[in-house]
Amino acid sequence: MRKYGKFAVLIAVVIAALVWLASTGVSETKTYYKTISEVGQMGDRAFTERLRVAGDVASGSIQHAHGQVNFTLTQEKRELRVAYTGSDPLPDTFRDGAQALADGRMGRDGVFHASKIQAKCASKYEAKPGQLRAAPAPPINKTT
Amino acid sequence: MENVASLAVLLAFCAAIYALLASVVGRIQRKPFLIVSGERAVYCVWALITIGSGILVYALITGDFRFSYVAQHSNRSMPLLYKIAAWWGGQEGSLLFWGWLLSTYSAIVVFTNRHKHRDMMPYVVGILMFVQSFFLLLNNFVVSPFKMLSLEGSITAVQDGNGLNPLLQYPAMAIHPPMLYLGYVGFAVPFAFAIASLITRQPGDGWIHTTRRWTLITWLFQSTGVMLGMAWAYHVLGWGGYWGWDPVENASLLPWLSGTAFLHSVMMQEKKGMMKVWNVVLISTTFLLCIFGTSLTRTGLVSSVHAFAQGPLGKYFFSFLAICIAGIAYLILDRLEYLKSESELESVISRESSFLFNNLILLASCFAVLWGTLFPVISEAVSGEKISLDSVWFNKLMIPIGLFLLVLTGVGPLFAWRRTSWESLRRNFQWPGIASLVLAVALLAAGVRSFYALISFGFCLFVALTVLMEFYKGGRAIAAKNNMNLLRATVELTHRNTRRYGGYLVHMGIVLMFIGFTGAAFNKSDVKEMAVGDTLALGRYDLKVVDLKEGENDNYSWHRATVLVSRGGDVLGTLEPEKRFYKASRQGTSEVGVRPRLNEDLYLNFGGMSDDGVRAVIQAYVFPLVSWIWIGGLVLIGGTLVCLVPSKIKMQYARTEVVGITRKYAEVPK
Repeated sequence: MRKYGKFAVLIAVVIAALVWLASTGVSETKTYYKTISEVGQMGDRAFTERLRVAGDVASGSIQHAHGQVNFTLTQEKRELRVAYTGSDPLPDTFRDGAQALADGRMGRDGVFHASKIQAKCASKYEAKPGQLRAAPAPPINKTT
Repeated sequence: MENVASLAVLLAFCAAIYALLASVVGRIQRKPFLIVSGERAVYCVWALITIGSGILVYALITGDFRFSYVAQHSNRSMPLLYKIAAWWGGQEGSLLFWGWLLSTYSAIVVFTNRHKHRDMMPYVVGILMFVQSFFLLLNNFVVSPFKMLSLEGSITAVQDGNGLNPLLQYPAMAIHPPMLYLGYVGFAVPFAFAIASLITRQPGDGWIHTTRRWTLITWLFQSTGVMLGMAWAYHVLGWGGYWGWDPVENASLLPWLSGTAFLHSVMMQEKKGMMKVWNVVLISTTFLLCIFGTSLTRTGLVSSVHAFAQGPLGKYFFSFLAICIAGIAYLILDRLEYLKSESELESVISRESSFLFNNLILLASCFAVLWGTLFPVISEAVSGEKISLDSVWFNKLMIPIGLFLLVLTGVGPLFAWRRTSWESLRRNFQWPGIASLVLAVALLAAGVRSFYALISFGFCLFVALTVLMEFYKGGRAIAAKNNMNLLRATVELTHRNTRRYGGYLVHMGIVLMFIGFTGAAFNKSDVKEMAVGDTLALGRYDLKVVDLKEGENDNYSWHRATVLVSRGGDVLGTLEPEKRFYKASRQGTSEVGVRPRLNEDLYLNFGGMSDDGVRAVIQAYVFPLVSWIWIGGLVLIGGTLVCLVPSKIKMQYARTEVVGITRKYAEVPK
C-alpha cells in the first residue's frame, strides 16, 4: 500500500497546485458580462470590477483622436460611450452597426474605458439593403 | 435539383437508421443476412450523402443563388477554390460536410473489415450509424442546407451572394476546417471499436490494435488542423498572435489533448495490460469532446468572435451528448470485471508512472481549458452573473502545465518499465541535465530575466539532448555492427522500430514548438500613424513608409503601405501590409507583411487609415523565434508519418510467428 500512497501524494500535489493556480487566476482576471442597462444597476461595483459590455456600434459614432478611438454602443435604446485606448489594432469587423464587445472598466466620468474590443459582423442576408433591387419585398427562407 | 438533394439526404437518414437496426438486430438474433444488409446500407448512406453534397457543391460553383445557403456563402467573383470551400464555410454546409466525412469513414471501415472482426463489426456499424443518424437528423430537419429563397410562395433567386466570410478566404483557412473535421470525425472510429468491444466483451486488446493506425492518422489530421488554425490566426487576423484562447480555438485543442493522452495510455494496455477502463474512458471523452467542439463552434454557446452561428442546435447537441454519456457510463460500469488490470504499478520512477503522470497532466490541462471555456456558462448557472476568463488566466495555468509536460516528454521514454535504477538515471540524464543548467545560467548572465523563459529553454535543451542521445546511441551500435555510416545507421534504426523513433521525432517537434512559444516572452511591438516618409524604430529595425496605395478588384478594395525595412543602415527589403474590404460581405481583412527569419519575425499590420485619410496606422511587431513553431509542427507531422510506416523488425517477427502456427496445424492430422 505504501507505493500507492506515494502516487496518491504526488497526484494530490499536482492537482492541488493546479487548483491553486486556477483559483487565484480567476480573481485576477475575471470579467463580468453585462448588458448596458445592467451596468447602470450595478452601482458602485461597476467602477471596481472588470466588465465586458456588448452592444451595437452606433452609426457614425466612431472617431479616431490622439491614439484613442471613441464610439458609442447601443443596446435596446440605451447608450454607452466607449473610449478605446488599447494598443492592439481594432478588429477588421469593427465598424458602424457591427456587434461589439468592449472589455475594460467603467470610469467615474460615465465613459467606459475599453482595453480590448471584439467585434462580430452581422452578415445575415437580410441585413443587406440595396441588394434585391428586383424584389419588392425582402425574401423569406422557406424549405422546399 | 434541390428536391433530389433533399430527398437524397432524407433517404440517407432512413438508410442510416436501417443500417443501425439491421446490424444490431442481426447480431442479436444471429442473422447474417441482416448484418450484411446493414453493412451494404452503410455504402448506400455514403452514396446518398455524396449525391446531396455533390449537388450543393455544384450549386456553389455554378452560383445557383436560389439556394439560401449559396446566397449566403458564395458569390460570383470568388475564386473556384473558395467556392468549393464554401461547402464547409457555413453552419448548414459544414454539418453536411461532417456527415459526409463520417459516412466516408464508415464505408472505409466496413470495407477494410469485411472479413475481420465479424463478432463486433455489427456493433461498430451500429455505433457509427447512430452518430450518423444524429447528424443526418440535423441536416434534414434542423439546419437543412437545401433551403430555397422564396418570395410570396414561389422560389426566387438573388442577383449575387454574400460571398464566403473573407476571413476564410485564405488558402490555409480553406483547408483548415477539413483537416480539423477529419480529426474530429476520425475519433468516431476508435470510439466505435472500443464500445463494440465492450458490448461484445472481447478478450484482449483487439480494438486497440485495429484502430491504432486510425487513431494516429486522425491525430495527425487534428494536429495539422490546429496548427493551420494557428498559422491562419497569425497571418490573417492581424492581431499579432497565433493563439488567443478563444472558445473555438479551445474547442479544437480539447480533443487533441485527450487524444494525445489516449495515444500514450494505450501503450500501457498493449505492453502491460493496464489502464483498460481508463482507455475506454479516454477514447469516449475524446469522441465526446469532438462532438462538443463541433457544437461549440456551431451553437454560439460561449460568446466568441468565431461563433457566427447561433440557432436551435444547442439542445440537439446536448441531448445527444447526454445520451452518449449515459450509455457509455452504463456499459463501463456493467462490464468493469472484464476490464480488470493485469499488473500493478511498482515504482514512482518507472515508465508506467511517467505514463500515468503524462495522462494526469494532459487530462488536467484538458479539464482546465474546458473549465475556462465554459466559465461564463458555469458562473451564470451558479451565481447568475456571466463571468469570463481571458487569455491571462489560461496562460497562467497552461504555461506551468506545458513545462511539466515538456520535461515528461524528455524523461518518460527513458524510464525503464517497472522500475528504473539510479545508475540508468545517471547514465541517461547526467549530461543533458548539466548542459541545460549551464544554458540556463548562461542565459541568466546574458540578461534574460523571464523566469519561465529560463526554465523553458533549459527543459528544451534537456529534452532535445536526451532524444538526440537515443538516436546517436542506437545509430552508433548499428553502424559498428553493420559497417554503415552513422546517418544511414540512424535511418536503419528508425526503420527497425518506427513507433519508438517516430515517437521521438514527434517529441522533438514538440520541443521545437516550445522554443517558438517561449519566444513570446521577448515580443516587442509599437503602433504609429504614419504618412509617406515617416519612420519608426522597433528593436533593431528601422521602418520607413515609402508608399501608400489604394485600389480595387471585383472581390475587394484595398489599401496598401510599402514599408522599407533597414537595420543599422543596411536595407533589408520592403514589406507590404494591406487592408482589404470585401464588397459582397462588407467585411474587412488584413494581409500582414511578415519578414520571417529563424531568429525573429518582423510583422507589420495595416491597422487602417487615420480619419484625415493621409496617414496609415501601422502596427509593428517583432516576434522572436516564432518560426520554430511552424518548423516544430512540420517535424511533428513527419514524426507521426514515420510512426505510420510499418516497422522492419516487427514484420519479420510477425512472419516467424505465422510459420510456427502453420507447422503446428500441419502436424495435427497425423
